[in-house]
Amino acid sequence: MTWIVRYVCLIPALPMLAAGISALLPQRSRKPAAGLAIVSMAASFALALCAFAAALSNPSPQVFNFSWLQFGDQTLALGWLLDPLTAVMLVMVTFVGLLIFIYSTGYMEHDENFTRFFCFLALFAGGMLGVIIANSLLLLFMCWEIVGLTSYLLIGFWYQNPRAAAAAKKAFITTRIGDLGFLIGMVWLYAQAHTLLFYDSGRGALEAGAVSHLAVTTTIYGLTLSSAIGLLIFCGAMGKSGQVPLHVWLPDAMEGPTPVSALIHAATMVAAGVFLIARIYPLMSAHGVEVVTPTIALQVVTWVGAITALFGATVAVAQWDIKRILAYSTVSQLGYMMIGLGVGGPAVGMFHLITHAFFKALLFLGAGSVIHGCSGEQDIRRMGGLRKYMPLTFLTYGIGMLALSGFPLVVSGFWSKDAILYSAHHWSVSQLPFYIASLGALLTAFYMTRQVCYVFFGTLRLPGHGPVSHSEPDSEDTRHHGAGHPHESPAVMTAPLAILAFFAFALGFLGTPLWPWFQSFLNGDHSVAAEHEPGLVATMAASSVIALLGIFLGWLLYGRQSIATCEAPDVLERAQPQTFRVLHQAYFIDAIYDATFVRLTRWTAKLADLLDRFLFHGIVQAISFGVLGLAWVDSFVDNYVVNFGFDSSWRSISMGGRAMAALQGGRVQAYLRYIGLALVALVLYLLWGVAR
Amino acid sequence: MTGLQAYLLLSSLLFAIGLAGALTRRNAILVLIGIELMLNAANINFIAFWHYGPATTYITGVMFAIFSISVAAAEAAVGLAIIVAAYRHSHTIDLDSMNSLKG
Amino acid sequence: MSISFLIIAVLIVGSTAAAMGLRNPIHCVLTLSITFGGIAALFLQLGAEFVGLTQIMVYVGAVAILAVFAIMMTQSRRGLMLGTFSRNALVGLLTAVAVFSVLGWAVLSQPVAGVTAAVSPVSVQQIGSSLMHEYVLPLELIGLLLTAALIGAIVIAMERKEDTE
Repeated sequence: MTWIVRYVCLIPALPMLAAGISALLPQRSRKPAAGLAIVSMAASFALALCAFAAALSNPSPQVFNFSWLQFGDQTLALGWLLDPLTAVMLVMVTFVGLLIFIYSTGYMEHDENFTRFFCFLALFAGGMLGVIIANSLLLLFMCWEIVGLTSYLLIGFWYQNPRAAAAAKKAFITTRIGDLGFLIGMVWLYAQAHTLLFYDSGRGALEAGAVSHLAVTTTIYGLTLSSAIGLLIFCGAMGKSGQVPLHVWLPDAMEGPTPVSALIHAATMVAAGVFLIARIYPLMSAHGVEVVTPTIALQVVTWVGAITALFGATVAVAQWDIKRILAYSTVSQLGYMMIGLGVGGPAVGMFHLITHAFFKALLFLGAGSVIHGCSGEQDIRRMGGLRKYMPLTFLTYGIGMLALSGFPLVVSGFWSKDAILYSAHHWSVSQLPFYIASLGALLTAFYMTRQVCYVFFGTLRLPGHGPVSHSEPDSEDTRHHGAGHPHESPAVMTAPLAILAFFAFALGFLGTPLWPWFQSFLNGDHSVAAEHEPGLVATMAASSVIALLGIFLGWLLYGRQSIATCEAPDVLERAQPQTFRVLHQAYFIDAIYDATFVRLTRWTAKLADLLDRFLFHGIVQAISFGVLGLAWVDSFVDNYVVNFGFDSSWRSISMGGRAMAALQGGRVQAYLRYIGLALVALVLYLLWGVAR
Repeated sequence: MTGLQAYLLLSSLLFAIGLAGALTRRNAILVLIGIELMLNAANINFIAFWHYGPATTYITGVMFAIFSISVAAAEAAVGLAIIVAAYRHSHTIDLDSMNSLKG
Repeated sequence: MSISFLIIAVLIVGSTAAAMGLRNPIHCVLTLSITFGGIAALFLQLGAEFVGLTQIMVYVGAVAILAVFAIMMTQSRRGLMLGTFSRNALVGLLTAVAVFSVLGWAVLSQPVAGVTAAVSPVSVQQIGSSLMHEYVLPLELIGLLLTAALIGAIVIAMERKEDTE
């Protein structure tokens, strides 16, 4: 095998090494920490390019496995693999990661925990890259957990803020619930296939032998084993990728710094769930010989994705926080990716993932730039007219917004979303996902236009500048900027924005139907033939119309008249206040969870505490009293019984001795007397003895 | 009462008187004298038995009496020397006060 | 049971009783000498001339004199002693009475034969030859004993420099 396959493990190892060294550095060595992270990421990017070149020449999966743990006569093996899916993800993650690292040096410049931030970022990068290259479900799970851990650490980076700490805890616990399903699926797979490696020269879990075995065996409700295991692993993906009902952590995760939101909660970590499904797609799509409909697993994936897409889009319409809008948008787009995976296969889903990574990262970094420029303001009602003050940010943000909305033909988002809509339209099971996806696309264009109008157009409503002043909000960087003029961000922040904007535009051309290089690369075809399927142009036209309609509606409601003041209610809010409130609170799901699961958990914890404090503590106390009682009895026996016995015996011996000593008077005549008496006795005895 | 019995009775009486003196006198020297008297009583016994014995050519009794006399003399000498030494130590020969070896 | 025996017996008993009962120890020793003399007479009467004369020489001539020396050397400054008899004198007397009664009863209860053959007094030559023949070992032992007693008495009674005052 080529050298790169052997050393593809360096790609996650270098950032992890950087994280390890940064962990040992003191807080004041900021430049070395940032430098380490960036250099390691750049090196990983270079290696990822080499890996990409290797995968270009040889699209079949190349693996490097080694045995890790031996118990009895079974061995657990780990390994890494290089195939088109891996290569594409590696390039995307390292590139976007590198750009965001560079951006962070400017964004976090005034933060005193700079070193810790870069340590965690590097650790996250290492974990994410490990997930990508893992050839073993176990190694993937281990890196999955590292990614979850660093997400917790980074969301709660400003841990003194109670909201941030609570958000971090929520993220970790929610993803953990999904990971439980993942773990059960992993164990079940091992039990059935006796291996956790994906590709292992024919013995792997995703290779023909195991998959066909799993596809024909059925378990409960006639579900094939492959679907059942796939659904369990999908639970993990649901947690990480924020599918309904485990999506609740994503909006709250915006408490973390903006680069964290961009990297983790837009481009990479949330995409890990989609990547996982793409990875185990052979398992999820395997069906028995006679069956032709898509498997139950893929159908579930599609429906969950559809619900999530619509959910995210409707809630995003009614949000005020600039980052929250983007968060719900991410939830919605992740739903799209799942739809793509379910109806069209890994190529369709991954294409949208890659394009989404770029433009969502762009949007988040742009939002960060806006927040930075407005000295920490995050409410879009208090912004406005920023295109005059921050032109570069406006330009790049606009490109991102167009990409997300799916503006026809020129942006990558259009091509990837179109691929999804096309596959959904041709899904054999139902047309409903197609309609849901279309509605979602309309809403996406609508709320993005709304956001852009609020933020960049109209007049400046910032407190101190706008018509009505409000009290200072407490968000990210009111600490270091006074309430001055909104200003453009420094070059170290705008340069990544520009680069990402370029890719948001250009990447789409990798997957157009005329030249579907991306899809064929992922599917392993060497030939790149233009697709001539029926309905292709019709779908393209339909999605263009939907996008333009959404943008038009948004401009109609928000762009035509500029919004006057901060407290002016939203147009929709005025029209339908109840519906608006429901959407704003995200269908009150958080409140429902709090009243049910959280309350149950608290009640169980209280019960356990009572049990511990009274029952177990009582038992321990009782035992200790028992022991004390025994000790007291023992001492009593020792003092009064044993001692008494000994005392009386020595006293009697002593008295006997004293009595005997009284015989020795020390006076000789007494001794003589005794001798005389003894003589008398002797003679008497002899006499009587003789006389008898 | 035969002659032998008379001599024996006499020697018993002498012995008892000597014993009485040894047991009752305070002066240590007189206790020693009592013991000498007891030895003398035994000598009388020896000679009496020799005289009234089977044949006086067997002079065992006489020999025994001679040896007894010599031993008694030696013992008297040593005993009196001890008493003198004891007197030098404690300036008394009162036996009632010599009880430092009591138990 | 001749008269002489009776007289001598009375003399012996009387002087012995006096020897044991008198207060002044010198008087006691004097009466003791009389006792010794009486016993010597008894020996002579019984035909043991050598023993009788030895009795006088050793006992009266040495032991009694030695006792007198001892009494004179141990005369305490306080004068005569506080009492003649010890505290438990009665018990001692009773013990002596008991001993005498037991011995007397032993003597009187046995049938004893009378005098048998003629008594030929033993000569000094007989004593000397038997000393050298049958009783040579006891003779040597007695010599040793007497030497030891002599040396021992000297050592014990010797005045040591640190004891005198």
